[in-house]
Amino acid sequence: MNEDRPFFSNLKCRECGRLYPKEAIHICEFDFGPLEAAYDYDAIRSSISRERIASRPQTMWRYREFLPIDGSPTVGAQVGFTPLVKADRLAAALGVKELYIKNDTVNYPTLSFKDRVVSVALSRARELGFKVVACASTGNLANSVAANAAAAGLRSYVLIPADLEQSKVLGSLVYGTNVIGIHGPYDQVNRLCSEIAGKYGWGFVNVNLRPYYAEGSKTMGFEIAEQLGWKLPRHTVVPMASGSLLTKIHKAYKEFIHTGIIEDQPFTIHGAQASGCSPISEAMKKQVEIVKPVPKPETIVKSLAIGTPADGYYAIRTMKDTGGSAEDVSDAEVIEGIRLLAEYAGIFAETAGGVTVASARKLIESGKIPRDESIVLCITGHGLKTAEAVQGKCGEPRLIKPSLREFEALVADEVAAAAN
Amino acid sequence: MPIQVRIPTPLRKLTGENEVVEAEGATVSEIFKSLETTYPGLGERILDEQGAVRRFVNVYLNEDDIRFLNELATPVKEGDEISIVPAIAGG
Repeated sequence: MNEDRPFFSNLKCRECGRLYPKEAIHICEFDFGPLEAAYDYDAIRSSISRERIASRPQTMWRYREFLPIDGSPTVGAQVGFTPLVKADRLAAALGVKELYIKNDTVNYPTLSFKDRVVSVALSRARELGFKVVACASTGNLANSVAANAAAAGLRSYVLIPADLEQSKVLGSLVYGTNVIGIHGPYDQVNRLCSEIAGKYGWGFVNVNLRPYYAEGSKTMGFEIAEQLGWKLPRHTVVPMASGSLLTKIHKAYKEFIHTGIIEDQPFTIHGAQASGCSPISEAMKKQVEIVKPVPKPETIVKSLAIGTPADGYYAIRTMKDTGGSAEDVSDAEVIEGIRLLAEYAGIFAETAGGVTVASARKLIESGKIPRDESIVLCITGHGLKTAEAVQGKCGEPRLIKPSLREFEALVADEVAAAAN
Repeated sequence: MPIQVRIPTPLRKLTGENEVVEAEGATVSEIFKSLETTYPGLGERILDEQGAVRRFVNVYLNEDDIRFLNELATPVKEGDEISIVPAIAGG
C-alpha cells in the first residue's frame, strides 16, 4: 500500500462544490449542504487494479484508496468482505432467474453493516485526535460504536430512542459504553446530537464525522462488484433509513467505473422502506423531490424509523438517475420477508432485511424489476437483534417426553408424507 | 416580545459567536426578518432566494419541526425558543 499518496484530498460541499479541509466538520457554512469526501481519482486510477485489490486481505480495507483516512486503519481492520450468497431457492420462490444476498448479518464484529461506517469514522476520529466518540442511533450504529470504541480504547456515548429492542440496548451496554436513552423518536435524538456535537469536543460519528462515516458504506458496493466477478448486478435493492447507504452504494459503483476497475455498464438502484415510516418512498412514488417528514414513525422496523431522512433528497435523485423505484411494506409483510429469507436462503435478518426482501418481491411483481435480470438484495443486520419482531410469529416447538413412542407418534404422518 | 433563537455553529460567525440570540416578531418569518436586521447575512443563510427555508436546514419551535406546524407562518409567543439545526446528520 502506498501510504504517502494523498488519494483523499478534501471535503467538498455536495451542493455548491466549495472545498473544505479534512477536519471534523460536516456541513457547508454557506448553504448547509452536506460535505463529502473528495478524491484524486487520477492518483487512484494509476495506483490500483483488480489484481492489487484481490491480493489483499479479505476485509473492507482492501479498497482503502477509496476511503477517507490518511494512514492505515486503526479501528476495525477486520471488518467487511461478508458473503455474497447466490440464493437459488429464494430466486425460485420469488420467480426470478438470478438473485444474490449481500449478507451483512455476519459482518464483524456487531452483525450489521454499521461496522463498515464505524471503522472508517473511528479510524478518522483517531487521526483527528478525538478521545471520546459518540453517535445518534436506532440501535445498530450504537452497538458498533460501543464495540469498536471499546476495542480501540476510546470512551464512547451512544444516544438512542428509549424504546429500542432489548437486544440492541444490551448489545451496547455490554461494551461498557455510556448509553443515553432519549424519550422521543430517533429524529429528536438526532436533533439533540446535532445541537451538542462539537460542544464537548466529541467525535460524533454521524454528525461532525459524518463525511468520513458515510463513505464506509461504499465498501458494501465495492464488495458486491468484486464478488460478482468484477461486474455489477443489474438491480440492487437497498433499505433506506436516512438514505445514505443507497447513495453510497451508487457512489461505489460509479467510482469503480470511473477508475477503470470495472467496465461501464447499466445498473439500477431501488430503495425499500417500512410503510409506517416511508418519507423517501412516498416522495419517490409522488414523483417529487421534497421529502415530507414523518412526525411519528409507527413500525416494528425501528432501525429504519427515521422520519426526517438526511439523505432523502439524494436517495431520490440516485433512484431516478439509475431508473430505480422505491417501495414500502407493512409490518406483516416485513415478517413475511424475514421468514422468506430464512426459509429459502437460510439467513436470519433483522426487520430491515424483511423490508428489503418484501419490497423486492413487490418490485418484481409489479414488473419494476424484470424477472430475467440479476438482482442483489442488501441485507444489513442480524435477526437476533430484533428477535421480538418475530417472537411467536414462527410457530412454537412441539414438546414431548424423551420417549421413542411419543416421538414416533409425533412424526409418523410427516415421515409417511415425505416418503411418498 | 423577544424570542430566543439558538444559532448553529456554522452561523455563529455572524452572531459574534453567540449561541443564543434574541429577536422580535409574531411569526417565525418575522423572527427571521428581525435576525437579518440585527445580523446582516444571517437571513440568506437560512432562507433561499424564494424566501423558503433552505433544503438542508431544519427549524424547530420548541420541540416541534415547523414543517409539522404552519411552516414560516407559525405564530410565536414570549418564552418560545426557535432552534435552527442543520438537517444533514444521522442515519
